[in-house]
Amino acid sequence: MRARTLDEALNALAAHGSAAKVLAGGQSLVPALAMRLSEPALLIDINGLAAMQAIEWSGTHLRLGALVRHAELETSPLVRKHAPLLAMAAPHIAHPAIRNRGTLGGSLAFADPAAELPAVAVALDATIVLMGRGGTRRVGAREFFRGLYETSLRSDEIIAAVEIPPMQPESRVAFLELVRRRGDYAMAELAATARITDGRIEAATLVYFGVGTAPVLAREGAQALLDGLPAARLRAAQAALDRDLDPPADQHGDAAVKRHLARVLLQRAVTALGMQSR
Amino acid sequence: MSETHAIRLRINGEEVSRRVSPRQSLADFLRDDLGLTGTHLGCEHGVCGACTVRVDGGIMRSCLLLAVQLEGAEVETIEGLSESGAIADLQAAFHERNALQCGFCTAGMLITAAALLETNGAPSRAEIRDYLSGNYCRCTGYHAIVDAVEAAARSRRQRQDR
Repeated sequence: MRARTLDEALNALAAHGSAAKVLAGGQSLVPALAMRLSEPALLIDINGLAAMQAIEWSGTHLRLGALVRHAELETSPLVRKHAPLLAMAAPHIAHPAIRNRGTLGGSLAFADPAAELPAVAVALDATIVLMGRGGTRRVGAREFFRGLYETSLRSDEIIAAVEIPPMQPESRVAFLELVRRRGDYAMAELAATARITDGRIEAATLVYFGVGTAPVLAREGAQALLDGLPAARLRAAQAALDRDLDPPADQHGDAAVKRHLARVLLQRAVTALGMQSR
Repeated sequence: MSETHAIRLRINGEEVSRRVSPRQSLADFLRDDLGLTGTHLGCEHGVCGACTVRVDGGIMRSCLLLAVQLEGAEVETIEGLSESGAIADLQAAFHERNALQCGFCTAGMLITAAALLETNGAPSRAEIRDYLSGNYCRCTGYHAIVDAVEAAARSRRQRQDR
């Protein structure tokens, strides 16, 4: 069915329960249908919901409708200004023809462990706005992703929007991935933010993905970037990553390979953030 | 399973009205219902790029869209782009550089390359490879395709300078 309003979509979702699937960009759902991995009795097409397509700066946060396409994240001046990490990540999502159709909300709801946008949402401490017939829930991205393709989205809810807190003037961001070919699933990826005042790192956030079942907030590695002698920080942080990450083996390599790649990404991120030799 | 829905859209500039099954992809609709077989179906799950078409101006995978979703849309296929002459220079460059062998990927390659040249008139070879990374070719090894796109971009710039 083609939903004309959000209420219509929510009513259909409530009536059909898990037999229904919400169809946004369809760049993950339609392949799953084609391969018979998913066989819903009803698809609820929400592409016509204009209210979920907007990108707005409210004065206190950037609000992105769930139907914002990946290609818009690349080009939107508001995204570049208020969430540059999102604009940096978007060109790494699949290929141009996919980015013209795939949506922000769809990517978050699907929660692929190697997907860029869930990790960026965690790194930016975004709030995910969930709507159901019972009302609206706001869930922090750090609580939203629970595990492999698993989120706290309930079966009768739809992601309506994502709210991103304002970028601080002293914040810097880096987005890095190790990938054999542009657009492929990466071997290991890192979204990083840091607050730097007078050349000193006062806070850092490291979110790894493609190395676990969901985005991984590397708290010990980030903390190690702040402590101790400047010259020893990077190596200490790289060592601390071993406590943050417990990567499962995949087609790209075993856990030891993944840990090595994570250390390489950290070094590159530190360089990119301009933290080196400070 | 016999349920169908009426859709009306524009395909290559012409108004089309049909009834479609809700499960039919745009790619199958173009090929089976309209006989527009220039759009090729390779993997049927969005990986190979052979079925790339333009929808409302932007390139998309026609195997990942359902025909029923395209009410009111403007679709362009390789047939439309060929007949209008819009990509004649790219097609000539592909021919001259041997950028096709079996031809299966060619329609998708041309549509994707045309979209690149609209946004970037002077792409580097690396940028061409990045942009075409979602289009598989199992014959050429890509080198000749990159050559052709680079050559077409160069001759467009030369024409503009004159």
